[in-house]
Amino acid sequence: MSSETATCSAPKRPKFRHLEQLSMAIVCVLVMGCACIFVDGFATIGNATGMLLTMSIVGMLCCTMLFCLASGDFDLSIGSVVALAGVSAVCVANAQNSVALGVCAGVGVGGLIGLLNGSVVAYLKINPLITTLATMQAARGLAYIAGDGKTVTASEDFAKLGGSLSIPWGSGHISIGYSVLVMLALLVIFGVVLHYSVFGRSVLALGGNEEAARLAGIPVKRTRLMVFVLQGLVAGLAGVLLAARLQTGDPKAEVGLELKVISACVLGGVALTGGRGSIFAVIWGMLIMGTVQRAMDLQQIGIYWQFLITGSILLAAVIIDRFKSKLG
Amino acid sequence: MSPSYLQFDGLGRTFPGVVALDGVSFSARSGSVHALMGENGAGKSTLLKILAGAQPPSSGRVILDGQPVNFRGTAEALKAGVAVIYQELHLVPELPVMENILLGHAPSTFGFIRRGAMRQRAAELLKELGEEGIDPDMKTGLLSLAQRQMVEIAKALAWDAKVIAFDEPTSSLSARETDKLMEVIAKLRDAGRCIFYVTHRMEEVYRICDAVTILRDGRHVATHPDLKSVSRDELVKQMVGREVQDVFNHSPRQVGAVRLEAKGLLGKGLSRPLNCKVHSGEILGFFGLVGAGRTELMKLLCGIEKRRGGEVLLDGQPLPAGQVAAAIRAGLVYAPEDRKAEGIIPIASVQENMHLASRWRLKVGGAFIASKKEAEITRDFTAKLGIRTPGPWQEIRLLSGGNQQKVILARWMSGPVKVYLLDEPTRGIDVGARAEIYKLIQTLAAEGAAVIVVSSDLPEVLGLSDRLCIMRQGALVAELPRVEFHPEAILKTALPVELETVS
Ligand SMILES: Nc1ncnc2c1ncn2[C@@H]1O[C@H](COP(=O)(O)OP(=O)(O)OP(=O)(O)O)[C@@H](O)[C@H]1O
Ligand SMILES: [Mg+2]
Repeated sequence: MSSETATCSAPKRPKFRHLEQLSMAIVCVLVMGCACIFVDGFATIGNATGMLLTMSIVGMLCCTMLFCLASGDFDLSIGSVVALAGVSAVCVANAQNSVALGVCAGVGVGGLIGLLNGSVVAYLKINPLITTLATMQAARGLAYIAGDGKTVTASEDFAKLGGSLSIPWGSGHISIGYSVLVMLALLVIFGVVLHYSVFGRSVLALGGNEEAARLAGIPVKRTRLMVFVLQGLVAGLAGVLLAARLQTGDPKAEVGLELKVISACVLGGVALTGGRGSIFAVIWGMLIMGTVQRAMDLQQIGIYWQFLITGSILLAAVIIDRFKSKLG
Repeated sequence: MSPSYLQFDGLGRTFPGVVALDGVSFSARSGSVHALMGENGAGKSTLLKILAGAQPPSSGRVILDGQPVNFRGTAEALKAGVAVIYQELHLVPELPVMENILLGHAPSTFGFIRRGAMRQRAAELLKELGEEGIDPDMKTGLLSLAQRQMVEIAKALAWDAKVIAFDEPTSSLSARETDKLMEVIAKLRDAGRCIFYVTHRMEEVYRICDAVTILRDGRHVATHPDLKSVSRDELVKQMVGREVQDVFNHSPRQVGAVRLEAKGLLGKGLSRPLNCKVHSGEILGFFGLVGAGRTELMKLLCGIEKRRGGEVLLDGQPLPAGQVAAAIRAGLVYAPEDRKAEGIIPIASVQENMHLASRWRLKVGGAFIASKKEAEITRDFTAKLGIRTPGPWQEIRLLSGGNQQKVILARWMSGPVKVYLLDEPTRGIDVGARAEIYKLIQTLAAEGAAVIVVSSDLPEVLGLSDRLCIMRQGALVAELPRVEFHPEAILKTALPVELETVS
C-alpha cells in the first residue's frame, strides 16, 4: 500500500498520553506533599500506617468497583453488604465457636448478595442502579435482623483477625494491619487481572460496547455476573476484617461507603460510562481521598465542612476529566 | 461557466500524531456537483467537518462567495447556508419529522411553536424533494434510512443552504434508493446549489459529478473542473499513487467437502425454510436488495439470532442455536454489517479492537493475553490493509470511517477459522484496500476455508464468488454457478415480485 509513511509516521505513543496517567499521580504527590508540610503530625510513620488502615476498606472495594464501573455498571449495595457480612460473621463465629466458620459466613453472604445482584442485572437485564439500590436496603435490613438490631461483640479469637503485622524498624517497629496487607494483595491481583487477562479485557470491552462484545463471542452475561460476584465476595471479606478490627459486628457500619468508593475511582479517572479504567487510576484516586480525609481529621475540621470539601474535590475532578477527554 | 462560489485556501488540520489536512486549496462552483475522492484517511470527512463549522482548521481559511468565513459552530454555518449531511445522520429519533426538519428555527410566536405553520413548511420542503409520502407528524425513528436521509436534506433546505455536502450518502442504500438520491441531488444542483459529494464508488462519481478533487494523505493532488475529461484509471492512480491491477482475478480453486450446511432454517427475517451449503475452498456470494433477509440469515447461521427451526451443521456437527460464542469457538465467524453499533469499541485501542474475538485462540498460560503475538498480528494487518493510524494504541474512534472498518474486518479475518461470513465487507473502503481485501478473501478460500460474502455491490459478488445465491423477501430464490452469472438476469431475480409486475 502507499501508506508506509502514514502508518508509521509516529510509531511512538504521543507523550501526552503518558501524562494523562501521570497527571493524577502528580496531583496525588502534590496533595500528599502539601499535607506533609502544612499538617502537623502528617509526615510520621505512625500516621502513614494509620491512614492506610483507615483506607483499607475503601481500597479493597475500589479494586472490584473498578471492574464494575469498567463494565458499565454500578454497585451501590457494598456499604450494606460490609455491615451484613460483619454482623453475620460475628454471629456465626460466636454461635459455632469457630472463627473459620464465621469468616466463611461473612464472605459467603457477600458472595450470595453479589450473585443476586449479578443475576438480576445480567440475566433479567434490570438496571444496576435500581437493582443494587434495592439490595442495598435489603442487605441493611438483613444486617439489623441478624444482629437483632444491636451491635454484636466479637470473641477474642475473632478479633485477632483485625490485628497487625509488626516489622522491626530502627529502634522500634511499625505495625501494618492485616486488612492493609489484604488491600495491597487485592490491588496487585485485580490490577494484573484487569490489564493482562482475557477476563479483564472482556470486562472493558463489555463496558465499551456491549453489542460488539457479544458478537465477538465474549460471554457477556457470565462476565457481568462474575463482576458482581467478585464485588460481593470482596465486600464480604472487607466486612469480616472491619468487624474483627472493631471487635464488633455493627449493622450501622459503613453507611455511604459505596459513594466513597465510587468517588475514589472516578477521581482517579475511571469512566462512569464504562470501558475505561486502570488500577493506577484507582490507586491515585484512593490516595488523594485518603490524604485529604486524614488531613482534615488531623486539623480537626468539622464533619460538615468535610462533606463540603470532599464533594467539591469530586466535582472538580470530574470537570477536569471532562476537559482532558475533550483535548485527547 | 459560473464563477467559483466556495474556495478553500491553504486549509490544514492536525491531530496529535496525525496530519489530516495539509495546505489544501481548491475551489468549487455553484450549480455543480463536486466529488471529493481519496483513500481512507485522506482527509475528506475532516474537510467537510471544517466546512460545517464542526471543527476549526489549524491553518488556512474557507472563502464563501468572496468572503472569508470562520464558523465557530454548525449553527453559524447553517445560518450562512452551509449544510453537511454525514453518514451517521444527526436526527432525533423520538421527535416527529417536522420538528427535526425545523430543529432550531421552528416558526413561533412569543416562544410558542406554531405547529400548523411548522407542519406546512415541513410538508412543502418534503414535496420539493418528491417525498410527499413522508408524514411530517411521523416519529422520525420509524422512517427507513433513505427516508431519514431525505429528512436531513429537507433540514438543509429549511436553512436555505447554498452549499450542501454529502459524506458517503449511498453506503447503506439499495440501488433503487440510490437512484432516488441521485435524482434529488441533480435537482438541487440545477437549482444552482453547490454540492459536495464524497464516495468510494466510481460509478456514482461518473454518474452524478461534474468536477472532482482528489486528496491523498491530507494533501491536494488534483482538481479536475471537468470530470468527463479524466479516465477512471487516471482517477484511481491519482488517489492511490500507483496503478491498481485488475481487482478480481478469479482463478478456480480446489473445492472440497461441505463445511457449513443449513437445513430447513427458519427464524426472524426468513419467510420460508432455507437450505444452503458452502464447501471448503469455496466463495459463496449472497446477493439481494437491501432488506432481502441476507443479514438476518447470517445472524441465524452464526447464532446471534435464535433460529425457530432447522439445523446448522459445521463440518457435520450441529451448532447450538443462538450462541455466538459457541459458533466462534467451533470455527465460524461473522463480520457484522453495522460496524458502528456491532463492531467497534470506540474508546478502546486499535489493537484491542482487532483482537477482541481472537483472544481465546491467542491467550497464553490459560487466561492471560499473548500481547507479543497480538502486536505482531496488528502490525501485519495494519500494513496489509493500509490502516492509517499513528499506532496500535490509538483509540479506534479517532480513525477515519473506512479505517475503522478495516480494523474490524481484520478482527474477523485474522483467522484461521473454518467458515467466514462477511457482511458487506468493503463498505466504505477505498479502491486500493478493496483489492487487498479481495485478495485476502481468495487466500482464505484457497487455504481451505469456506467464505460467504454478502454484498449489495453486484460487480463485487460477481467478481469474487464461485457460486451465487440470490435472496428476495426473506427467501432463497436462485442459486447460480459461475458460468451462469448474467448481471441483468440476476438483478431481475432479486427484484421483489410486486414491483416486477407493476413495472
Ligand atoms: N479527532 C481525531 N483525532 C485524531 N486523528 C483524527 C481525528 N479525526 C480524524 N483523524 C485522522 O485524520 C485523518 C483523516 O480522517 P478523515 O476522517 O478526514 O478521512 P476520510 O478521508 O474521510 O476517510 P474515509 O474514507 O475512511 O472516511 C485520519 O487519519 C484520521 O485518523
Ligand atoms: Mg470519512
